[in-house]
Amino acid sequence: MDATYVILRKCLRALLTLWIVVSLTFVVLRSAGDPAITILGTDATPATIAEFHHQWGLDRPLPVQYVVYFANILHGDFGASFLDGRPALTVVAERIPRTLQLSGLGLLLMLSIGIPAGVAAALNRGRALDRVIVAGAVMGHSVPSFFLAILLILLFSVRWRLLPSGGAVAAHTIIMPAITIAAGGTGVIARFTRAAMLDALRQPFVRAVQARGLGWSRVVRTHVMPNAAIPTVTMIGFLLGGLVAGAVITETVFAWPGIGWLIVTSVARRDLAVVQCIVLLVASTMVLANLTVDLLYVWLDPRMRAPAPEDA
Amino acid sequence: MSDSPLLELRGLSVRFHTPEGVVDAVRGIDLAVGPGEILGLVGESGSGKSATCLAVMDLLGPRGETTGELRFRGRPIGADAAALRGRGIGMIFQEPRASLDPVFTIGHQLREVLALHRPDLTARAAAEEAGSLLHRVGLPAPERQLRAYPHEISGGMAQRVAIALALAAQPRLLLADEPTTALDVTVQAQVLELLLRLRDETGLAIVLVTHDLGIVARYADRVSVMRAGQVVEHAPVQALFARPAHAYTRQLLDALPRTTDRTARTESAPTPPLLRVVGLTRHFVHRRRLFRRATPPLHAVDDVSFDIAAGETLALVGESGCGKSTTALMVAGLLGRTAGRIEFAGRDLPAGTPAQRRALRRELQIVLQDPGEALDPRLSCGAQVVEPLLIHRTGGNRQQRRDTVRTTLRSVGLDDWVIDRRPHEISGGQRQRVALARALVLQPRMLVLDEPTSALDVSIQAQVIDLLSRLQRERSLAYLFISHDLRLVLRIAHRVAVVYLGRIVELAEPARLFATPRHPYTQALLSAVPEPDPAQRGRRRILLPGEPPNPTGIGAGCRFRQRCALAQPICAQIDPALAPAPDDAGHQVACHVAQGIA
Repeated sequence: MDATYVILRKCLRALLTLWIVVSLTFVVLRSAGDPAITILGTDATPATIAEFHHQWGLDRPLPVQYVVYFANILHGDFGASFLDGRPALTVVAERIPRTLQLSGLGLLLMLSIGIPAGVAAALNRGRALDRVIVAGAVMGHSVPSFFLAILLILLFSVRWRLLPSGGAVAAHTIIMPAITIAAGGTGVIARFTRAAMLDALRQPFVRAVQARGLGWSRVVRTHVMPNAAIPTVTMIGFLLGGLVAGAVITETVFAWPGIGWLIVTSVARRDLAVVQCIVLLVASTMVLANLTVDLLYVWLDPRMRAPAPEDA
Repeated sequence: MSDSPLLELRGLSVRFHTPEGVVDAVRGIDLAVGPGEILGLVGESGSGKSATCLAVMDLLGPRGETTGELRFRGRPIGADAAALRGRGIGMIFQEPRASLDPVFTIGHQLREVLALHRPDLTARAAAEEAGSLLHRVGLPAPERQLRAYPHEISGGMAQRVAIALALAAQPRLLLADEPTTALDVTVQAQVLELLLRLRDETGLAIVLVTHDLGIVARYADRVSVMRAGQVVEHAPVQALFARPAHAYTRQLLDALPRTTDRTARTESAPTPPLLRVVGLTRHFVHRRRLFRRATPPLHAVDDVSFDIAAGETLALVGESGCGKSTTALMVAGLLGRTAGRIEFAGRDLPAGTPAQRRALRRELQIVLQDPGEALDPRLSCGAQVVEPLLIHRTGGNRQQRRDTVRTTLRSVGLDDWVIDRRPHEISGGQRQRVALARALVLQPRMLVLDEPTSALDVSIQAQVIDLLSRLQRERSLAYLFISHDLRLVLRIAHRVAVVYLGRIVELAEPARLFATPRHPYTQALLSAVPEPDPAQRGRRRILLPGEPPNPTGIGAGCRFRQRCALAQPICAQIDPALAPAPDDAGHQVACHVAQGIA
């Protein structure tokens, strides 16, 4: 099995996943309440509702809507917002940089704290440092993000008045949302890195490499860590995909004007095109993250590139 | 040994501080290795051989504690032990593939060691040196191997790479910890011959750690026998085998089956066959996938026929991958077959209704290689032995079943106390006895024994073999005995079938097979087995080139021809059938040359 074949298959699988996600959202959204009533109000006359339906093509049979919707997507047209008629893509695109800022900083925090913490814990297994890190990691990923968010606001905004409680008014307003979004992932990464390191440290080649004369720190850096990276990268990939989705709660609590907050308001307003656009975007990042991980995996682990010769 | 010793240990003790308490692995041993000497360090598992080597390398880990005096080239090894690693003392390990880092190429790992120990080499010179090191350890096509990853090479090649990695640092002493235990016997011979050659060429001293007295007899200059952390006997190799001084050494030597053993059982069984296997075949096909060419099927077992009478043992012998275990699983009904017939007691297997099949199962049981894995770790031994009775709804009431379990356990030499023990609370030999009791509790007529002793130490192995022989006499059991160990097979088998790449290439009584092997593969296999007798060192040895090819897409002709020194043109065209030898009807062989055709 050669690499191009592996990559080709994974790409096809990614496209298939996207198609399923888009189709599911389409069906769910169309069967979850009439947007006309939400937009026009409960006292709208049947005539105005019918006109709204006609205007947006909602009076056509569902399969036809589906085909039209799909054809438009393929042409880059994601529909228009019910609210102001602007293209949904534009509405969403305005918010993307904010979410990127937040999740980018969150990811940076996760990696720069989680990985060193996990490595340190593994190398000091059973000692005090290990216990402290593991306890911290468990706390990090067991505290619900909305709770952490409220706690941070209570402490830093209400009590000590150090940071603003929300919005994106100045550079430092990003601190609390970033901590909130990173806490869980940091804990998961730390624990996972620790386990992967311990597993790699147990491999017989570690002793063999030492027997060849390599010093301990070099063995850890050049042999243990590359082996431990293989499972860790997979884990980070899953977290990466979840980052954008995880932004929904954090952005809403901190009134951070990203797509997480946008999807909450758009769902409430039944702004179908915008919601669908965001779902597609989030799904794409998930799929893309997984695809990247798969490819990284093949790159990191030579055993994935070709099947081992049969021992049977 | 005129020179002062290269490595000298005085009063070396190793203890491990484990959560379960302190374990004294080595208790005050003295050892010395001279320059260019091969010291055989022999002992059973847990005797402290490996701990001794790791103590010299200071690689015991945080739980290990070393006391005593260690000297290398006259200077004490202390805090600078790490500096000696590689450059002064190299080490190779039992699992060759696992001792290479799976994520880097072999070339990368060689260049890493070269950069560390020979920083004077330029990048280009290091790359050349890496290639010539692989050439020195006898790897074909070194350029290609440098780009290979550890999973892409065989175990034998991986051990050669590990040796090359050790040589890269130009050590004076090599600690070889069971370097060939995980390898097939023909590959073992290649690797050990390589070590011997390196010693002769470069004066490298070697500590050869092994459990196999045959290896020691053939390759060591002096021997130290270890038991329970102590050296019980030091002697030059001839003296040790001629006049073993310590009772334990004698016991080890007596436990060894020898191929020259003439007391082997030869009485043949005239009764009609209990099991008849005709044309048994098993192909494994890779699942076809989108965008991928279909690969030819893997011929694990190809047209194998034999029969076994009641009270008879037929041994299937061969190297890993030859299909012997696949055959065992098919006979035991645990694996489907591609073609062929299996008849048990005159009935086809699998036969008729599920109830009939189950009835046949009762009469044909299997015992697997590793009792630690074949027993359920969460069930007591008594519960495991009674289970077959429950499955087959037999054995009477609770009390009667309990009695049956007791008598079965006693028949395999176990007392009642094991009934309440879990598998991890008893020894490996006892575990294999429990597994045997579990197979015997239904009073079967035949046992399939898949490498039943290869996870056990030599002395335990001898006990289990004796037990199997006694049970066979008492119950007239038929055995299909799968093994890679020719010496062992001699002790128990009435007839031996040598298997190569899914085919039986030779079938005969052990005495005939060992005295006059007909097939070139059998000859090479026998020659590769190290005899526990230093006097046989000069015996002519046939070293087979290479390793068995992958059994996929086997073409026409004899499967052994690529490695056969006698191959003729006809061997590439016609696959030889198993037939009686021209001068001995009781000796079957599948070889054109042996048949006098070519």
